Amino acid sequence: MGIPTVFITALPTIAQMVGANRIVRGVAITHPTGDPSLAAGDELALRVRILDRAVEMLAADVAPRTVWEIDA
Amino acid sequence: MTVVHYLNQFFAGLGGEEAADHETVRFDGPHGPGKALTAAGLPIDVTVACGDDRFALHEADCLVTLLAWIEEAGADVVVCGPSFGSGRYGYACGVLARELGRRGTPVVAAMTPDSPGVLASEGAAYIVPTTGNVAGMRDAVPVVASLASRLASGAVVGSPDEEGYLPRGLRANVRSEQLGAERALDLLLAKLNGELRTEIAPPTDRVAPPDPLGDPAAARVALVTEAGCVPQGNPDRLPTRHTNIWLRYPIGDRAELGPEDYLSVHAGFDTTEANRDPDRLVPLDAARALAEAGRIGRVHDEFFTTTGVDTPVAVSTRMGQEIGAELRNAGVDAVILTGT
Repeated sequence: MGIPTVFITALPTIAQMVGANRIVRGVAITHPTGDPSLAAGDELALRVRILDRAVEMLAADVAPRTVWEIDA
Repeated sequence: MTVVHYLNQFFAGLGGEEAADHETVRFDGPHGPGKALTAAGLPIDVTVACGDDRFALHEADCLVTLLAWIEEAGADVVVCGPSFGSGRYGYACGVLARELGRRGTPVVAAMTPDSPGVLASEGAAYIVPTTGNVAGMRDAVPVVASLASRLASGAVVGSPDEEGYLPRGLRANVRSEQLGAERALDLLLAKLNGELRTEIAPPTDRVAPPDPLGDPAAARVALVTEAGCVPQGNPDRLPTRHTNIWLRYPIGDRAELGPEDYLSVHAGFDTTEANRDPDRLVPLDAARALAEAGRIGRVHDEFFTTTGVDTPVAVSTRMGQEIGAELRNAGVDAVILTGT
């Protein structure tokens, strides 16, 4: 039942409050999957790392309302 | 005042696990814990009971019989339990309470706060929290008896805080002697002292985590966002705030969401940095990289978007269900959702 979903957000406590179960902490409210302070190549590398972590979480058994950081 | 009491086979004295398939039965007067309720001032007129497994396996049939008996008795209130930590009995109590609630009959139940009966009741029952085993009977009985007596006579029952039952997910308007600003300050000071209180508890709609992806490398993954990301010019006029719609846009074989083609119209944050590279909101370029590397199977060929600003939870829930149904029909295996 259900489609596994990972929520990337810089406000994980709010995500937990409304009942999200797989949560990865994003970079910032204004750019959850980016960092304008990085050079373009580095930023893409960061974004790939965030998504890789998100996919890892999609494939993991988790307790309700679990939050993961980008780097384990 | 007519009171009906619902029991399982164990508490009705019909037997233990070997009698769990016992059919629905009806008795006059109190049985088992009903005697304690009667002694506590709640005289039980009729007792109905059903085996735990019988109810679990033949729920619809059992409900028809039980509801008919309860209606025939002319119940002013129904007591279910206490079921303590019993999963099957707690669930049966919750389902029966839900159905009685739909018919306008007040119900008092008693069980552990994590019993499946709490969710099953959908707020229809006044549920007194108990310990996990019958050791809590002595504490539960007077609270159940008092609540049930008053409900049967149509008296006003106080809030969960005042009465000790579990919150039912309802909000009641009350008159306060204090202004909102004063009450807010009191709550803030309490919070600074480490005491968390609220006048409006957040919704408690809880969905269990779906099973994890077995094989991400074979998965079709969809990108969904509440960051208000749309094609340049916002052709479908996605509202910048307080929206009640979501939109979908094809991404075909695009490598990324470039600033010349996309922007965010979200009114809830400064979109300057995101609009220089919308992949900062909808990470298509990185999702393509994972697909090329074989980490995921493929990126679903459209993304879904809305603006999460001033959006009531009920509207968000509906939109989520609608998008979820679309994704399921499209054979999507997993979702990466971004929020701002």
